[in-house]
Amino acid sequence: MHALDTHDLAVPHRDPAVVERRRVHALVFDDPARTLEAVKRLRAEGFDVGDVHSPFPVHGMEEALGMRPTRLAWATLIGGLAGGSLKLVFQSWVHIVDWPMNIGGKPHFSLPALVPVTFELTVLVAAFATLGTLFVRRRLYPRPHPERAPRQPHPGVTDDRFVVLVMEHDGAFSPGRFRSVSSALGAQEVIEAWRAPA
Amino acid sequence: MSAGAAAWPPRETLVEGAPSYGKVTREIAAPLERAATPAWWAAFLVAAGALALGVALVAYTMKVGIGTWGLNRTVGWGFDITNFVFWVGIGHAGTLISAILLLLRQPWRTSIARAAEAMTIFAVMCAAVFPLIHMGRPWLAFWMFPYPNTRGSLWVNYRSPLVWDVFAISTYFTVSLLFWYLGMVPDFATMRDRSRGLRQKLYGWLSLGWDGSARTWQRYEKACMLLAGLATPLVVSVHTIVSFDFATSVIPGWHTTIFPPYFVAGAVFSGFAMVMTLLLVTRRVMRLENLITLRHLDYMARVLLTTGLLVAFAYATEVFIAWYSGNRFERFTFWNRGFGPYAWAYWLMVFCNIVVPQMFWFERARRSVPLLFAGAILVNVGMWFERFNIVVISLHRDYLPSSWSVYVPTPVELGILLGSFGLFFTCFLLFVRVAPVVAFHEVKHTLARQREEDHARA
Repeated sequence: MHALDTHDLAVPHRDPAVVERRRVHALVFDDPARTLEAVKRLRAEGFDVGDVHSPFPVHGMEEALGMRPTRLAWATLIGGLAGGSLKLVFQSWVHIVDWPMNIGGKPHFSLPALVPVTFELTVLVAAFATLGTLFVRRRLYPRPHPERAPRQPHPGVTDDRFVVLVMEHDGAFSPGRFRSVSSALGAQEVIEAWRAPA
Repeated sequence: MSAGAAAWPPRETLVEGAPSYGKVTREIAAPLERAATPAWWAAFLVAAGALALGVALVAYTMKVGIGTWGLNRTVGWGFDITNFVFWVGIGHAGTLISAILLLLRQPWRTSIARAAEAMTIFAVMCAAVFPLIHMGRPWLAFWMFPYPNTRGSLWVNYRSPLVWDVFAISTYFTVSLLFWYLGMVPDFATMRDRSRGLRQKLYGWLSLGWDGSARTWQRYEKACMLLAGLATPLVVSVHTIVSFDFATSVIPGWHTTIFPPYFVAGAVFSGFAMVMTLLLVTRRVMRLENLITLRHLDYMARVLLTTGLLVAFAYATEVFIAWYSGNRFERFTFWNRGFGPYAWAYWLMVFCNIVVPQMFWFERARRSVPLLFAGAILVNVGMWFERFNIVVISLHRDYLPSSWSVYVPTPVELGILLGSFGLFFTCFLLFVRVAPVVAFHEVKHTLARQREEDHARA
């Protein structure tokens, strides 16, 4: 089994001061159903499950982790509206203001003829907005050392391993209880790890 | 579940042999991790040779001019536009499989979506070549885009269907590329974690630091659905706009309102035939029979049959409306298709596109690899001739009998068509060596769902 590099643990919390005082424990599973059960059980026992890493989205994990629905669709909507409306304005400006042309005696503002390009730009900008937002917000971009993901707890999570990360809070965590609860969850491996002090 | 309410289609596994997740990874990654087989090299050399021939003939056309083609004053659109419409149509099945079937939550798409999306990208690249060289001065192609220039600024005419086409095709290419890449990010991460050295670095860059976090998966799945929702109307718009190139003109045989749906149905039909052709070869050569199963092929054959019937309906409607309109030019155009000098091309199209797919009513044909292959190839041929019929036969006998003529392609045009196939297959063969041809994460997801169902049943 691969040793866990504590520097690379996923720490979803944004505040570095909080992050520093946390220790993280990892439970490694080989089955999505058991992973889901473990998350539910751990949360019911009052443990803070920080994140789950898996080779594919586990059905029901959103609810089990208590995640809010994503607001990504807003990015799509805003991008689409911006792309479409700006392109419509630009086309109208070209044909009415900047270079009016008489085409078959039709009015300069011929809305139906402007629909196809407006539609295409709606889709194009909406797609870029969706992907751009996803990549920026989830910090997906090429890095100087691309050999492994900076927050990936275990190399097997892109293959066949499911890792549950349990966050330890000062004073509110009993290692003995954690051990007794986690031993009954059917994990392949439990890695008790400390985040190395800076 | 009672016997009467048995689920249809009958339950059958989408991933055969119930492999473990690790085995799925190994099976899909194996062709990327071993040296290329002699069969791959042979195919690659043939494809690259055809591509080289195409490049040389395009260069020759550029030097001498499009007088090297068989076009004349009457037939101004020949092989170039036929090939353009053919290749754009091929692309559509890829988007249908990757986007529309995703929205409809059809799990059978997972094993074939990646290859179909790749096919879309490469087919659109092939398509884009033809309008470019058709312009005669492709080095001025950037004039098609609106940019501030010293000529006025002189903008493009947004009221022209040919400009719509530029925007439709370039948007389609870009969005398909984004969708394809998004789907591959988690798979590149799998490859990154399996490889060493330079390969690991390359896959690492491509995978953008993917770590499989549940939060990322949540947003990722949403992004896939959103992009699918965008790609679905987009794909319909693209072939609709391609059909506007014809339908907004005043040429009998082109000026019809049925063109947009007729073109979209034809595009999906031809595209599925091409996906079938590619996958039948890929699953054999890459030994992926467990993942691309007979059930997948069966479903694709059903789509082929359905869209084939839609196309047949469109042919019949066209002919009926030509007669019913009472317009003598319309009537003549359609009579000329069936009984004029190009009648052989028309009846070849009818045979390939209407008669051949009827065999897919029978399960035996839908599950026989040789019959599927033969059917798919014939549909490809038939759909190429459909575009040839629309473009050339509608033009060659126009309003004035003194200007009637016949169009015969020159060897240069045939060579450029061959070259476009070379480009397509060269790209596809490079793709199967670099990227996982089946999506790791989607197959594992399907497998997990299959297990869940089995568990619930037990």
